[in-house]
Amino acid sequence: MIFEGVLPVLSVLAALFLAGVALMFFGVSPLAAYRAMFRGALGSWYGFSEVLVKTIPLVISGVAVGFAFRMKIWNIGAEGQIYMGALATAAAVRFLQSSSQFSMLLAMAVAAVIAGGFWGCIAGVLKARWNVNEVITTLMLNYVAIHLAEYFIYGPWRDPSSLGFPMTPPFPPSARLPQFLDTRVHLGIVAAIVLVLIFRLVIRWTRWGFEIRAVGDNPKAAEYAGIRYGRNVVMVMFVSGAIAGLAGMTEIAGLQGRLQPGMSPGYGYTAIIIAWLARLNPWGIIIVSFFMGVLLVGGETIQVIMRLPLASVQVIQGCILFSVLAFEFFRNYRVLLVRKERN
Amino acid sequence: MMRGIEKSFVGAKANSDIDLDLRRGEVHTLLGENGAGKSTLMNILSGLYTPDDGSIFIEGEERKFRTPRDAISAGIGMVHQHFMLVPTQTVWENVALGLEDQPFSLDKNSIIAKVRDIQERYGIHVDPHAYVWQLSIGEQQRVAIIKTLYRKADILILDEPTSVLTPQETKALFQTIRQIRQEKHGVIFISHKLDEVIDISDRITILRKGRKVATIPVQNASKESLAEMMVGRRVVFQIGKTLQNPGKVVLKAKDLVVRGGRGIVCVDKFSLELRQREILGLAGVSGNGQEELCDALAGIRQIDDGAIVVDGVELQGKPSREFQKKGVSYIPADRIGTGLVTGMNIRENIALRKYWRKEFTRFRFFVHWENIAGRTGQLVERYSVVNPGLGFPARMLSGGNLQKLMLARELADDPRVVLAVQPSWGLDVSATLFVRETLLEQRDRGSGVLLVSDDLEEILSLSDRIAVIHKGKLMGIVEDPDSASEEQLGLMMAGTSLAEFLPDDIPPGHVPVRAVP
Repeated sequence: MIFEGVLPVLSVLAALFLAGVALMFFGVSPLAAYRAMFRGALGSWYGFSEVLVKTIPLVISGVAVGFAFRMKIWNIGAEGQIYMGALATAAAVRFLQSSSQFSMLLAMAVAAVIAGGFWGCIAGVLKARWNVNEVITTLMLNYVAIHLAEYFIYGPWRDPSSLGFPMTPPFPPSARLPQFLDTRVHLGIVAAIVLVLIFRLVIRWTRWGFEIRAVGDNPKAAEYAGIRYGRNVVMVMFVSGAIAGLAGMTEIAGLQGRLQPGMSPGYGYTAIIIAWLARLNPWGIIIVSFFMGVLLVGGETIQVIMRLPLASVQVIQGCILFSVLAFEFFRNYRVLLVRKERN
Repeated sequence: MMRGIEKSFVGAKANSDIDLDLRRGEVHTLLGENGAGKSTLMNILSGLYTPDDGSIFIEGEERKFRTPRDAISAGIGMVHQHFMLVPTQTVWENVALGLEDQPFSLDKNSIIAKVRDIQERYGIHVDPHAYVWQLSIGEQQRVAIIKTLYRKADILILDEPTSVLTPQETKALFQTIRQIRQEKHGVIFISHKLDEVIDISDRITILRKGRKVATIPVQNASKESLAEMMVGRRVVFQIGKTLQNPGKVVLKAKDLVVRGGRGIVCVDKFSLELRQREILGLAGVSGNGQEELCDALAGIRQIDDGAIVVDGVELQGKPSREFQKKGVSYIPADRIGTGLVTGMNIRENIALRKYWRKEFTRFRFFVHWENIAGRTGQLVERYSVVNPGLGFPARMLSGGNLQKLMLARELADDPRVVLAVQPSWGLDVSATLFVRETLLEQRDRGSGVLLVSDDLEEILSLSDRIAVIHKGKLMGIVEDPDSASEEQLGLMMAGTSLAEFLPDDIPPGHVPVRAVP
């Protein structure tokens, strides 16, 4: 039991070691690099607030992914669902001009939830109906969603006054989430915390959450208990996609203020690592997301200070996922050192 | 020829300090409950495990096995419970599979000649050209035995060989074993069926909790004394079964057609009626459609055709929860894979098939965990489930307690129908007894119980009527179990319908058996 809690920490340490080796290949002292990352991310109030800014979409998409994973539905498509949510948000801003900030934001959120949910639902229905592997469908739908968003950004929705840059016009103030304390931390942080609480509540206390857990732990037993698989797959994929869509909405309404290409630098994929590292535990998702936020902000710092390529941060992330998967092995197997028998 | 095997298997102490000696030309039985260490010991002997301590001597010479190959070359052959054969290959190809020192292109004729030679010598008959998938389980077992004999096995280990056989097939197997004994091989026979053990063995070694209790010649053994040594205390075999007057029909299946996982028809026009206050035993070799039938009767598996009526209400095509609501309980064979969620705690496992009920729901969408906890507490007490605490995952329970937990959940609310599949499979003697008594008690409380088992003894001792299934078809229903011979049931399990047994001149006024048209 204790070992279970220690494992993620161990795997992160192993990842840092692996990444350190990689950093040495870049010609940088890993210790110095880690120190710079730490200082950049947590050494100042500004750095800390930037970490929170990154943590918000990570927590929300982590909950989205974790929710589906709880039922052993492998939603790899949070990235695409984020883009669909953002696209729907931009559409709502474009077509529903309202001076009331509340109704504007509500409309944007509803649009994002429906769009993200719909995108998740496609994979869910395919899975429920014809048992199509959701890993493939959600992954493929990512590309569709990202390119669909780019079509609008480069095409009909491009800001005529942007001097040719691909982006939509800036959102009016009524379509922006409020930011706090002179930082870029926005209202999305409240949404993130509320979603974590709801996640916990649903999984632990509701009938539906019990069904999801039963299917996830033992699908045959769930079938035997009379729990309907197909309906739950569709519902879970809808909710998962909807939450990811909300991550897209908070990101562009809270932070970026418009829709532009690359609005999510892979939050949806990072969310998979987060959910996994957190063992689908709600509180764990917050902690791991924060850690990933540190990594992202710190990564930006070392890019600037040590003139490392962007790829170096991605190398570190890759190392973490790799060692998480490697350490998963130790959860199921024990290593015994056996001396060779003398013959 | 094997002396002083002494080994302790540290860690879990699966075997501690066990001696076993096997002589030429004897059948030596290893007897013990599940988890007594029989399999561990045999896996050591066949080279799958290496012992921590102790040594193996063959013909006075110490041998060390690092791999199964070493054991084979030392003349030890194991026939596993699930024989490892390739179904798409012929018998002789399976025999040749894995042989060493073979030319690039196999010498088919000489292999077949040798196979025939073995068949002649030991009286084991299978067509060498037949494909394994065409063979019955009993024939496949013969192939596995031929395979080990072909490798010049001097010592044959048979791991629960009778668990998959009909009584007739068992008889044939015993004939073969006697032949092998006559040829001066040593046979280690693993079983926990006492009658068989007494029938076939020369000497019997009893294991309990990883230790050897005794080795005794069969002349000194009785069923009672063996059981006592196996369990460690006196065992009463007689189950107090009182006669009951069955009531009205609670479950009726009519011309059921059910397909299995691969789309093959597994249950073929099967009809039966289950009444209140009776145990209807369904005998059959496992894999003849019993599980598919019960899945269908519990509403979990779609049926192709036919009708299922519970308490006068047609339920076919309805979701399985409707079956649950009508009081159909189901104890599936695979308790860990299907009946329970071992990663969930004990409360949640009790909730598994009840959580949707009104008394366990709060504010419409929420599970009323307090009520479930209260209920779980009562049930655990009533069914004496030994547990470390209701919040602990079910996987921490022993096999017997897992089964009690499932019984507690399924029998708690006095269901109308109980479908119990292999309810005592893999349980030790005391847990088996508990399960059987509980089922009888449930019958007396008014439930109709359909008991599926491939253990004829279980069927005979519990059932008020016995139905026999073969390849998904009903072979007949024996109305009076006391009138049925194991012989007759065995033939039915092998595919002879009851109608063929019926004497032409049934004495008037006396109908011991009823044929099913």
